Amino acid sequence: MYKILLRQDLVPNIHLFKVAAPVVAKKAQPGQFVVIRIDERGERIPLTIADWDEKEGSVTIVFMEVGTTTHRLALLETGDFITDFIGPLGLPTHIEKFGTVVCVAGGFAVATIMPIARAMKEKGNKVISIMGARNKDLIFWEDELRSVSDQLIVTTDDGSYARQGLVTEPLKELLEGNERIDRVVAIGPSIMMKFCAQTTEPFDVKTIVSLNPIMVDGTGMCGCCRVSVGGMTKFACVDGPDFDGHQVDWDLLFARQRIYLDEEKRSLEQWQSQSGGK
Amino acid sequence: MAKLNLNREPMPRQDPKLRRKNFNEVALGYTAEQAQAEAERCIQCPKHSCVDGCPVEIDIPDFIKAIRDGDMPEAVRVLKSKNSLPGICGRVCPQETQCEATCALDKKEAPIAIGRLERYVADWERTNMQSMDSPIIQPAPTSKRVAVVGSGPAGLTAAADLAKLGHSVTIFEALHTAGGVLMYGIPEFRLPKEIVQVEVDYVACLGVKVELDSVIGKLVTIDELLHSDYDAVFLGTGAGLPMFLGIPGENLNGIYSANEFLTRVNLMKAYRFPEYDTPVKVGRRVAVIGGGNVAMDSARCALRLSAEKVYIVYRRSEVEMPARREEVENAKEEGIKFKLLTNPKRFLGNEQNWVVGMECYEMELGEPDDSGRRRPITKKGSEFTIDVDVVIVALGTTPNPLIAQTTEGLETTKRGTVAADEETGKTVKPKVWAGGDIVTGAATVISAMGAAKRAAADIDEYLRG
Repeated sequence: MYKILLRQDLVPNIHLFKVAAPVVAKKAQPGQFVVIRIDERGERIPLTIADWDEKEGSVTIVFMEVGTTTHRLALLETGDFITDFIGPLGLPTHIEKFGTVVCVAGGFAVATIMPIARAMKEKGNKVISIMGARNKDLIFWEDELRSVSDQLIVTTDDGSYARQGLVTEPLKELLEGNERIDRVVAIGPSIMMKFCAQTTEPFDVKTIVSLNPIMVDGTGMCGCCRVSVGGMTKFACVDGPDFDGHQVDWDLLFARQRIYLDEEKRSLEQWQSQSGGK
Repeated sequence: MAKLNLNREPMPRQDPKLRRKNFNEVALGYTAEQAQAEAERCIQCPKHSCVDGCPVEIDIPDFIKAIRDGDMPEAVRVLKSKNSLPGICGRVCPQETQCEATCALDKKEAPIAIGRLERYVADWERTNMQSMDSPIIQPAPTSKRVAVVGSGPAGLTAAADLAKLGHSVTIFEALHTAGGVLMYGIPEFRLPKEIVQVEVDYVACLGVKVELDSVIGKLVTIDELLHSDYDAVFLGTGAGLPMFLGIPGENLNGIYSANEFLTRVNLMKAYRFPEYDTPVKVGRRVAVIGGGNVAMDSARCALRLSAEKVYIVYRRSEVEMPARREEVENAKEEGIKFKLLTNPKRFLGNEQNWVVGMECYEMELGEPDDSGRRRPITKKGSEFTIDVDVVIVALGTTPNPLIAQTTEGLETTKRGTVAADEETGKTVKPKVWAGGDIVTGAATVISAMGAAKRAAADIDEYLRG
C-alpha cells in the first residue's frame, strides 16, 4: 500500500498526488513512468512520473479524469492509499548537451515535461518550452516550467489566455527562425505529438515523443503496448516510452488506443450510475 | 500374490456442456473412497521407479501407502517434505510423462494415478488442517540472507527450501500478486487461484518475506541486492516475453499475445468485467495459434467468455502437439475446433484496424527436425482464409531481458536464457544462481521446481561453506 502524502487539484479535473514510494523515488529518472492499481478490482494503468524527492521518499504523479480508473483515483484524498505503485518503468529520456532544446507540452503533459526540461537545462542546454492548453482554466505550472526554461511560450486553443493557437505554430516559427534548434521533445495527446513531429520533419530536427498506448503489466510481458517505429514492432513499456517521432506509425497508435472504447464507456457509465457520479 | 488391479480410478469432471460456460475447476478431485481404491492399487514395488520420474523426488510410494493406511497427516508430511506446492503440482504436472511413465504398472497401461492422489492429499490438507499446523521443521537460523527474484514455481520452491534450511529469504515479485505464471497464466478452471494463494501463504509461513510490485532491474539491481544485505541471489524470473509470428498485420486490433489475453482474464479478472475494471475482447470467432498448453488454456478461456467458434490453429498434426493429452481432450470435449497442418501467412484488417480474417497455408509433414518432430512444410498455392475477429498468439515465450541487461557479468545464451550449470543452477556470476524457464526457456512448472530445488541445495552448501 502506498500512502498519498499530498493531493492537490491543479485545475478542476487534473490532480496531483505525491505518493510515498521511497525506493521508486531513489531510482526515478525523467521520462519514466509508474503503473498503478487503485484496489483489488482496479486495472493497471501507466502514469508518467512528474517529480520525485529522494529525501522525502516521494514520487509525484499528475493525472486527468478520463476513464473509470482516473475518476476513481480522483476520489482519493491526502492520507488515503493506493494498493499498487510500480516503477520506475520504461527507459529514461535521453538527456545530454544538445545545444538548444525545445520542450513542447500539450495539456496536462506539462507535468511530464517538467523533469525533462529541468534535466535538459541542468545539462547545459538552452531550453525553450512551449505549453498549450484548450483554455485558460486548464493552465497550470506555468511559473514552474518558466523557472527551468530560458524562454516559455504559452498558447490556448481559444485564445482565452496568452497566445491563441496550437503549440505547433510557435514551434514552426522557432524552426524557421535564426536560431539553430538541436532537439525537440514533444509530449501530450497523441494527435498533438503527431503534428509536432510533422512540423519538425521538414527541418530535420530530431523529435522525441513519449507514446502512451494501452498497457497492462508495463514490464514487457504482454505486448499490449506494441507500437511500430521505423517499421519495427516495439513494446512502448520496455523499449520506450520515448521514440523518434518521425519514425512512429501514428495511425496504428491511434487505432490501438481505441481498442476498448466501448468497454471504457460501459465501465464509466456503470461506475457513474453506481456511485452517483461521485 | 494378490491379483493386479488394472482399473485406474477415473477423475470425476464437470460435464463439458456445463463447464464450457463457467470458470469453475474442470477436474473435481477424488473422493476419499476413490483415493483409497486408487492407493490400494499401488503394489509398493521395491524399485520405487516412480520416484526416478519425479523432478523433485517425492517419496511417492510412501505417501500412497499412508493414504492406503488412512494416515492422511503422514501422507501430507511425506509429500510436503519434498514438495512445497503439492496442490499445484497435483493439478498441472504432466505426470503421464514423469512419475506415471516410470510406474511399474505403466507397462500394463494402468499406472497409478499419482497426480490425482497428490492432489487429493493437498486438498485434504487444505480442508482438514490449518497450514500452520503442518509439520514444519523449525530450523536453526543461519543468519544468511537470500534474495529470490520471481515468485513463480521456481522462486517459491527455492524460497521454501532455503527457508526450511534456516536461511532468511525475501522474494521479489514484479506483479501485484505472488505466484507468477500460476496466477497470470494458468486459468482458474485448471488451477484455482485460491489453491495457488494457499500454497504461496504456506511458503510465507515458513518465514519467507514477499515483496510485491518490485521490478528487479528497475527498482533495484542484482548487484545492489548483493552489495546490501544479501549473501546470494536466486533468479527465477521465468520466460515472460511473448513471441509473435512476425507476419503482416500482427499489430491489428484484436490480436493478442496469449500472455496478454490470459493476464487480462486470470490476473486482472476480466471475465468479471465491468465488476472488475479490466476489459478483454472476446469476439465471436477466435483463432488461437499454437499447440501447447497455453494455446489450450487460451482457447478454453475464450470459449468460456462466450465466443461462438474457437479454433486451435497449429502447423503440425495432433501427434506433435506439445500440449498435455488430457488438455487436448478437454478442449475437444468442450467444442474447440482443431485446424491442424495450418499456418498463418498474414492477418487481414478492416478500415478501423480490426482483424477480420487470417490467410493461412496448408502444411504437410516432412522429415523430423532438430526437435525430433516431423518438420512442417508449406504447400505452395494452398492459401485459404478463415474469418476471425480475435486472434490469440500462443507460440511460446522467451525470458524477459531486463535482469540480464541490468546485471553485469551474467552470461546469456543466443536464445536469451541465462547460462547456468544444469545440476546446480550456478551462473558464471558469483553468488548468483538461476533456475526454471529463465534457464531452459519455456518448460513445465515441475521442471522449474526441480531446478530450483537443486539450486537451493547448492546455495545452502555455499552459504555454509
